[in-house]
Amino acid sequence: MEYFIIVFGAIFVNNIVLSQFLGICPFLGVSNKVETSLGMSAAVVFVLTLATMVTYMVQHFVLVPLGITYLQTISYILIIAALVQMVEIILKKVSPALYQALGVYLPLITTNCAILGVAILVIKNNFNMIESVVFSISTAVGFGLALVIFAGLREQMELMDLPKGMKGVPTSLLIAGLLSMAFMGFAGLV
Amino acid sequence: MNNVQTITKGFIKENPVFVLLLGMCPTLGVSSSAINGLGMGLATTFVLLMSNMVISLVKGFIPDKVRIPAYIVIIASFVTVVDLVMAAFAQEVHEQLGIFIPLIVVNCIVLGRAEAFASKNNVVSSALDGLGMGLGFSFALTMLGIIRELLGNLSFFGIKLVEADGILLFILPPGAFIALGFLIAFVNRIKKTA
Repeated sequence: MEYFIIVFGAIFVNNIVLSQFLGICPFLGVSNKVETSLGMSAAVVFVLTLATMVTYMVQHFVLVPLGITYLQTISYILIIAALVQMVEIILKKVSPALYQALGVYLPLITTNCAILGVAILVIKNNFNMIESVVFSISTAVGFGLALVIFAGLREQMELMDLPKGMKGVPTSLLIAGLLSMAFMGFAGLV
Repeated sequence: MNNVQTITKGFIKENPVFVLLLGMCPTLGVSSSAINGLGMGLATTFVLLMSNMVISLVKGFIPDKVRIPAYIVIIASFVTVVDLVMAAFAQEVHEQLGIFIPLIVVNCIVLGRAEAFASKNNVVSSALDGLGMGLGFSFALTMLGIIRELLGNLSFFGIKLVEADGILLFILPPGAFIALGFLIAFVNRIKKTA
């Protein structure tokens, strides 16, 4: 039950993009087509889970015992940057097919604030190891869900006749607002 | 480009939020009130100013291949400074902004200016550029905060103007997207006629 609340909360009620405002850049940037947004979501699920696990261990086995938790921000961002680089190199060697699918999205992920955000949120919420993993996977799924729905909506909007000033980003933001309103319907369920 | 232009371009012409569309996460996340927007803007301005200055000072010593990690370490150090200082002296704002303070590290504006400007220019113009961009960012955040607060709560910087309920939606997450969407459309319009 406890895990169900974490999963449901992270995917629907506190959706990372639509109610926490993390990861907006890729949300607006790569959501032109459903296909690319699926690729991006897969890459995020992969890196987010890995990064949360590693930063969790660093927090509890290095930073806290040594009493240097004020180095949290610096160490996390370095770990995430190194991790993304490593994943890229390993994927290239081990699974060229997967690298082909995710490769272009990996460098973009370092600057995705959702990754660092979730790593910090996990520590703030005092989750244990399993809860953190469950939380990070479901957050990434929530990110993917929002991204794919949004891409689908945007594909339709391309065909609409809009006033000049509203074309592009302003319309995308309005759609995101409506989508966020739809997700508000889940509020109070958890 | 002279010094005055370096500072003023951040407000409208190259505004990081309205025109360059950088740093959207904190923009949407903390702009539910004017005070929060201003606080976040000033924190980011400080980081931008300091990191731009330091990066332009050390640019000659850093090998080209490792410059991005080096920049990130410099930026992260200043973010930690801001985080700790705000926790000590402006606790209320710090709590409101919460997770978005450490996330200044991944704000694309900071790294973007380091790479695009500070790594090529001298200290003085880098400092001015950082200051200008930071103030432009603060301006955008404060504007959005003022609009959302006015519509959502009928108040201005926390002072209640009319004793009635506003349109609650604008304080809630969807309001951030909608208000920013219209604001960007408005800036597009101004830029076209100007």
